[in-house]
Amino acid sequence: MANIDERNVLKNIFSYFLLILLAVVILVPFFIGIWTSFLPTADILKGNYFSTNISLTNYIDAFTNTPILRYLGNTIVVATITMFAHLLFCSMSAYAFVFLDFKYKKFFFALFMITMMLPSEAAIIPNFQTVKALGLLDHYSAMIVPSLTSAFGTFMLRQSFMQTPKELKEAADIEGLNHFQIFWKVVLPYNRISLITLGAYSFLGAWNSYLWPILVTFSNNSRVIQNGLKQLQSEETFNNWGMIQASAAIIVIPTILVLFIGQHYFKSGLNEGAVK
Amino acid sequence: MSTLLTNVCKQYDQGKTVLKNVTAEIETGEFFVIVGPSGCGKSTLLRMIAGLTQISDGEISIDGQVVNNLPPKDRNLTMVFQSYALFPFLSVWDNVAFGLKARKHDQSEVEERVNNALKMVNLEDLKDRKPRELSGGQRQRVALARAVASDAKICLMDEPLSNLDAQLRIKMRQEIYALQRKLGITLIYVTHDQVEAMTMADHIMVLHDSKVQQIGTPAEIYKTPANEFVAGFFGVPPINILYATKISDKAIRVNNDFQVDLDQTVTEKELKVGIRPNELIVEKADELSANATVQNVEFLGDEKIVYATFSNGNEVSAIVPSDAHFDMFENIKITSTNNVLLFNQDGINVTANREDLINA
Repeated sequence: MANIDERNVLKNIFSYFLLILLAVVILVPFFIGIWTSFLPTADILKGNYFSTNISLTNYIDAFTNTPILRYLGNTIVVATITMFAHLLFCSMSAYAFVFLDFKYKKFFFALFMITMMLPSEAAIIPNFQTVKALGLLDHYSAMIVPSLTSAFGTFMLRQSFMQTPKELKEAADIEGLNHFQIFWKVVLPYNRISLITLGAYSFLGAWNSYLWPILVTFSNNSRVIQNGLKQLQSEETFNNWGMIQASAAIIVIPTILVLFIGQHYFKSGLNEGAVK
Repeated sequence: MSTLLTNVCKQYDQGKTVLKNVTAEIETGEFFVIVGPSGCGKSTLLRMIAGLTQISDGEISIDGQVVNNLPPKDRNLTMVFQSYALFPFLSVWDNVAFGLKARKHDQSEVEERVNNALKMVNLEDLKDRKPRELSGGQRQRVALARAVASDAKICLMDEPLSNLDAQLRIKMRQEIYALQRKLGITLIYVTHDQVEAMTMADHIMVLHDSKVQQIGTPAEIYKTPANEFVAGFFGVPPINILYATKISDKAIRVNNDFQVDLDQTVTEKELKVGIRPNELIVEKADELSANATVQNVEFLGDEKIVYATFSNGNEVSAIVPSDAHFDMFENIKITSTNNVLLFNQDGINVTANREDLINA
């Protein structure tokens, strides 16, 4: 018995050691980033990371000397609209694929799936030409319109909707609800966890997008935060690293917020008691 | 003013027949139970009345109107599902109000109906809870309240009690029966439990092999079953079916063993006889006169069930008074009263009606 206990203890020590090591590898750069955002650039360049000259100067500089607020505003508008568009269009198409009967349903669904196999980078040149022809360059809509819907979102919600107990739909049918009412009053509330997941995923996807916005925006009026951050680096001959770190810290805040808020909803058991 | 089923059929695309020529009349305000073993098509029949499943052939009419192609909502009925089908994101109150709001009743009427329905099923105190915070019996009551609150005149129930434990089932059975009587609604109730059917129904429809076996009151079904299947389906323990041969116009020999003198004349030479366990007479006997051996005895309090096998291996069960004492593997002699059911070789009931005999 003692033998087994010893082995268990060793196994645990090894597991925790590995976990701590991984946590250090992942978290240390993050904390260095946050820490340096409080240090003066001079100290950072000298490699004096343990300086005690911490202050909020970098943050004040970021807000007063750069258009970071404008970038943030642009990004919030684009990401929010993209998120709501995904929720609306993906849930509607998923509803159709699950609850409506129409010809060639399987074929159309396969078509949706095929678009997922194509990386978005592959379609970037034709998309650019389309957007250009429509005269949408350097405008919010250049970033919103091409990503109004997502095949992945439709697929994810379809799988979730298929788990909705069919008795709930039948009960609604007997009460005389039409498809729109069933969609709005039964299917959406029942699948709210999946909707929140998709919403968070879409918001973060739009927040972190880089390649497409850098192609279609070229002024501060529409530039989004990820590109803006890059802009801060190359705009000046002397890079104010402290301020850049502060800006980077500012833009990860929404990501962390979304995850924390989302976590609250990912509790299981919200749908208990529906059937049986 | 009733629900009429005329030659209703259901076939699936693969050619599998689920229901064949179901014809029945369900009177307004009655408690109608559809009963049968699993897979006999009883739930399908209910879903066809509700309009959730298309019918392949035949006609369903409600209050004189053919509803074959009418969507569920226009049939003016409610349904209680086996799994309750509550909306997990709505409170008890909103669950009950759901259908009324969808049908656009005005606010004050909705409130009055919902509150009355909740009062009727004793759920007033729990009206703000979510379904997940309720026990099985309470969830069942919410589902009932939803049917009660509706102004529909027909209520369909699909095995509503099958998820409850035995004691709760008996309680809810009485509550459902009382509600149906109080509200005066037509209740069409599907179950596989013959006790539920016997205790609640005004009329019972017995389904088996995708066909209607018999429709009648519980007493008719029990006393004059149409065939061997119906006889075997009702009664606990089930009726004993034994082979018999005719020995004279009014007497048969059962199981090539004991003789039963009948009140009626028999025509078939070979027939089957159905004897309820309480019509069997069990006596202790010595080895010479014995014709059976006790296999097991179950004590039920006011009576005992004796399971025995005849010398030729056929099994029977008999009900004896609880003070009678039988041991396992004891030799006994089994005979029967003449209150038996006679079936021909195809299992059709050929017993002459007792009332007719008395009146004649």
